[in-house]
Amino acid sequence: MSPYLLAVFLAAVSGLPGLFLRRRGGAVAAGLLGLAAVLGIGAAVRVLAGGGSGQARLPAAPLGTAGLLVLDPVAAWFLLPVLLVSACGALYGLGTWEEGRPGARFLRLAYGGLTAALALLVAAAHPLVFLLGWEGMAIAAFALVMMEDRHPETRRAGWIYLVCTHTGTLCLFAAFALLPAGAGPFAAFPAGFAASGRGTALFLLCLLAFGAKAGVMPLHLWLPPAHAAAPSHVSALMSGVLIKMGILGLVRLLSWVPDPPVWWGGVLMGLGVLSGVLGVAFALGQHDLKRLLAYHSIENIGIILMGLGLGSLGRSLGHPVVAALAFGGALLHVLNHGLFKALLFLAAGSAVHAAGTRDLDRLGGLGRRMPWTSAAFLVGAWAICGLPPLNGFVSEWLIYLGAFRAMAVSRWAWSAGLLAALALIGALALACFAKAFGAVFLGAPRTPAAEGVHEAPRGMLVPMGVLALACGAIGLAPALLVPALDRGVAALMPGPARPSLGGLASLPLLTGLALVLLGVALAFAVWLRPRRRTGDLPTWDCGYGRPTPRMQYTASSFADGPVSGLRWALLPRIHDARPGGLFPSPARYESHVPDPVLDRVADPALRRSARGLALLRVAQGGQLPVYLLYVLLTLLALLVWMVV
Amino acid sequence: MPGPLVFPAHVALHLLVALLLPPLVPGLIAKVKARMAGRTGPPVLQLYHDLAKLARKEAVFSRTTTWVFLAGPVATVAAGLVASLLVPFGHTPAPVAFEGDAVLFAYLFGLARFLTILSALDTGSSFEGMGAAREAAFSALAEPALFLGFAALAKATASLSLTPMLLSQGLAAGRLTGPLILVLAAWAIVYLAENSRIPVDDPNTHLELTMIHEVMVLDHSGRPLALVLYGASLKLVVLGALLIDPLLPATGRGWLDWLVFLGGLGLLAVAVGLVESATARFRMTKVPQFLVAGVLASAFAFLLLLV
Repeated sequence: MSPYLLAVFLAAVSGLPGLFLRRRGGAVAAGLLGLAAVLGIGAAVRVLAGGGSGQARLPAAPLGTAGLLVLDPVAAWFLLPVLLVSACGALYGLGTWEEGRPGARFLRLAYGGLTAALALLVAAAHPLVFLLGWEGMAIAAFALVMMEDRHPETRRAGWIYLVCTHTGTLCLFAAFALLPAGAGPFAAFPAGFAASGRGTALFLLCLLAFGAKAGVMPLHLWLPPAHAAAPSHVSALMSGVLIKMGILGLVRLLSWVPDPPVWWGGVLMGLGVLSGVLGVAFALGQHDLKRLLAYHSIENIGIILMGLGLGSLGRSLGHPVVAALAFGGALLHVLNHGLFKALLFLAAGSAVHAAGTRDLDRLGGLGRRMPWTSAAFLVGAWAICGLPPLNGFVSEWLIYLGAFRAMAVSRWAWSAGLLAALALIGALALACFAKAFGAVFLGAPRTPAAEGVHEAPRGMLVPMGVLALACGAIGLAPALLVPALDRGVAALMPGPARPSLGGLASLPLLTGLALVLLGVALAFAVWLRPRRRTGDLPTWDCGYGRPTPRMQYTASSFADGPVSGLRWALLPRIHDARPGGLFPSPARYESHVPDPVLDRVADPALRRSARGLALLRVAQGGQLPVYLLYVLLTLLALLVWMVV
Repeated sequence: MPGPLVFPAHVALHLLVALLLPPLVPGLIAKVKARMAGRTGPPVLQLYHDLAKLARKEAVFSRTTTWVFLAGPVATVAAGLVASLLVPFGHTPAPVAFEGDAVLFAYLFGLARFLTILSALDTGSSFEGMGAAREAAFSALAEPALFLGFAALAKATASLSLTPMLLSQGLAAGRLTGPLILVLAAWAIVYLAENSRIPVDDPNTHLELTMIHEVMVLDHSGRPLALVLYGASLKLVVLGALLIDPLLPATGRGWLDWLVFLGGLGLLAVAVGLVESATARFRMTKVPQFLVAGVLASAFAFLLLLV
């Protein structure tokens, strides 16, 4: 059996031994997932390193027909974060979901199932296998989101997720019915198909299905509540990997098309800019740490879509260099976001677990008591803001290069819009993560709960360390990934022109400058290191001697500038009860940024339509004679129809 | 493009200028301001003395601070020094030049800003939080202005490396004059905002409530404060080079190019001093409008290049 299939199998059964063991079921599951990760990542690395023909076709016999699962470079590229994040999450889960907690066995079972479904999905080369993996993923993820279903908000999040994912699956069924290859394995489209009416319908349906899964802006409504409700290591897997399956679908679609129409790229890029800018803007308005991270997933999906759209445009208009840079950036960002978003969710989960609240304005000062968790979150925040020398910078830099190249080779004005959008997203993400890190880990504890925290156990810190190291390694030596990335990009650009990223981007120079930066920083850090710390001194608060922690600037205040600047898009709800009169009542101030689609459109619209549909309930009286009457009437109608 | 490294002698001179010259610039600005106000003012070399004094002083740390408190000053200087390697000083090519270095240049300052904001929040003081929030909000507007300026210059010179982008011959002549003026106007706004100068921020104000950048470093003392001050002066030089490079005449002789550059930097310092003497600070609510004007100017420059 090939290592890849063994990895899928191990992941699928990882939760089973725990059902029969009284203790250590979690350790066994984590061990099996770790083994699966080693095997699967080994197989993926071999494919990405060009082992054999670059395509490891799986032995067909055990699976029925040939070509059900093909571990090609794209599949291998997506497999890397799936297995790495899953194994790290399982190890982390041991710490939060300790033995004996109700549901721990079920959680392990569903978690292993989700991993197996994801690993199956990436290599699916046949519509049926794809749908199998897709549904397996959807149902396992639903079960995981509902783990804490004693909270009404969790139940709500779970149902919203289920409805959204099944609407997407429905679109996917329709899309696969339109494939030119019929019910056979996935194959490249004939030339001219993409521009036809059927091709257009296929593209739009895929956009709906994959966009809803990825959390592209108007279709993202399930994402923030589900990520906030799920256990943290599940959020890490969902945000880091699961939503990337929507991107995988779009990548597959683009790889089948020999001649993508220009408007495909335009639509992808437009959606990318919308998701990117609005995702980070809504993240700025959040008070819930995990919802904030969820909105950042929408933002990063936007960045990936910008890359895919730009690449598709580059192909349509015959600029392979632009396409290679943009696709390379998008693919690298898929991996990068998987790593740093999982890291952020794990670190945030530790903070939330320790302090017992997700509310940013009730945390604070955790960094003193949880130095390692705080450092892990800082690394994740650093990377997600796209700051050098970590991995987020490299992928964003490649997309920047693609946009600049696009501008140089043509009269494309929109690429300047892309640049401005990327710059704005970068600056707002920086503000948002300064807010999140500052509010949670810096300053003084705002509540007693935040004061009594303890550092997470080593089992939870190790997975974070692994992910942080991976972020640092990709950031410091991106050139090492170029051959693998080139093979992924080649899948997206069928045809003779295959520029290598190694020749396009000066990645080794980035490494050199990153080392200079670290060296200089280290030298100054040594120079600054205090020989001794003088006494127990307060913060200088401009002459005021007794500042209390509640006087600190809150996360909401920190974000107030950008949020009120983006009022027209965010539409924050502000309840401001000011004191007045001779005997003033206590003042209150609250502000919320409700989700634009879920809370403002979908929820009211569905409520109203539910009221309208209640009229149909008359027909469902629950009385047997009435139903028999329906049967009779139907039969009569059929009889009349057949006779006439 | 030739190899990334050029003429070692120039590289050595470049490094020396980047390391030693910066503290002179704030001194020059202060001198101009003092003269305009009819005062004698501190000596031009005052900041060198201050840095030497601070390096010997003991730093005081608040009990709420962690190691993050030191990361801000360190990152400001380290990122500024690396960024100085990417920008040409006058008509001498930068020590390191490659396609896309403009993006790295901008993001290095982003890194410095991120860690400075965090080190301000590390103190837990609401004054510093206020300054940090303002810095984060205003830079979100300065960033697109900077990048649209890069886009316009990249379009005009068909290059995405700072050295050819800023030093391309004929940039200041012909049909490129209009866009160049607009880009430089936008970058001048960015320059004033990023270096916390009047009319965006007042480095000498005494009311913490109205500060932006200065209030973020209220708690720093001793060596950390020395790094903060040095980093700020470094930023004045490095971003200043961006602003004056396209305007400098090419003499064709190495040593003369350096002199022209140093003269240009001096004139820039005088100009900043004159602006600071002649204008009042904007109300905080006006600052975003000022920065949006920068965004619009550089966007318009880009549009002009398309016709």
